Amino acid sequence: MIDAATKTALSEAFPSIAWSEFRGDTRAVVPREVLFEVFKRLRDEHGFDFVVDITCVDYLNFRGAEDRFGLVYLLASTHTNERITLRVFVNEPDLTVPSAVPLWEGANWLEREVWDMFGIPFEGHPDLRRILMPEEFTAFPLRKDYPLQGRGERHNFPVLHREDA
Amino acid sequence: MAIDVPENVVVSKLDELASWCRKNSLWPMPFATACCGIELMATGASRHDLARFGAEVMRFSPRQCDLMIVAGRVVMKMLPVLQRIWSQMHEPKWCISMGACASTGGVFDTYSVVQGIDRFLPVDMYVPGCPPRPEQLIQAIIDLQDKIQREGTISGREFATRSRQERKRALVELPVITLPRGVSHLPQGVRVD
Repeated sequence: MIDAATKTALSEAFPSIAWSEFRGDTRAVVPREVLFEVFKRLRDEHGFDFVVDITCVDYLNFRGAEDRFGLVYLLASTHTNERITLRVFVNEPDLTVPSAVPLWEGANWLEREVWDMFGIPFEGHPDLRRILMPEEFTAFPLRKDYPLQGRGERHNFPVLHREDA
Repeated sequence: MAIDVPENVVVSKLDELASWCRKNSLWPMPFATACCGIELMATGASRHDLARFGAEVMRFSPRQCDLMIVAGRVVMKMLPVLQRIWSQMHEPKWCISMGACASTGGVFDTYSVVQGIDRFLPVDMYVPGCPPRPEQLIQAIIDLQDKIQREGTISGREFATRSRQERKRALVELPVITLPRGVSHLPQGVRVD
């Protein structure tokens, strides 16, 4: 739940935000074009100083879904204990999303994880590398069109014999 | 011709003497990556006391060890590390694959988990269990001691035998699946390996 004044101020500044409530949690679907501005305003004027999590959902073959990827930003204010969920939907071929690292340093590794698992490029990220998978890995394993058991990457290693070592 | 031997002299073969020394002073390299590592620690601790079998000196430098205990799942990113550690150990050396994950991948049949370290490393002894009890690991070490005593040689000839060179499974070729252009996923029911 966020402060009503915050919500009003944001709604007036960004009429394209779609708001919803679920069991006391405030959620907002934000268009990608104004995402960074919304972040900036939330941080600077409404005290949201903490990124709890950044994650992503792949809606491929999901019933009723219109967009491919939905990024989820969970923000919190450590002063007022307010929490807000922001979502932004992106579609192929242009998956680029503005990075939140210039605003919250803690977004760095979270965005790297989303890049590693879903292949969402974050524009303006200072060091967008894989964080969990090996660097030579080429796929994005949490996408729904990637097979659970992989494409044989886990078997693609040299075999050590007794005589080798 | 009778040779007069004093009663404090034992006659044996040099190979057996070397094996006897080796089997009673195994120095484990604990490669513990998951919950099996907890059981490995319990095995080394006072209640189960691996020192009874001369294998209590766990060293975290592979150059000081001769028994690698792989305890836990090994992921793609960890396997090159595991192979390097194995290569850094001095011969004679042995390997125990502890638990279901190290031996087969266990329940983690996913893209990143290696489906059994014996696909890429020589393994001497497998310990079943998820995770195995310390008694099971101790049994594996006792069995390995028997194996060392039974077939060990001072020159390490036993490692050059054919059975030690063969891969443990019928997984001689494991293909890397490359999908045709434009195909982004496999049809349902098709396994990739």
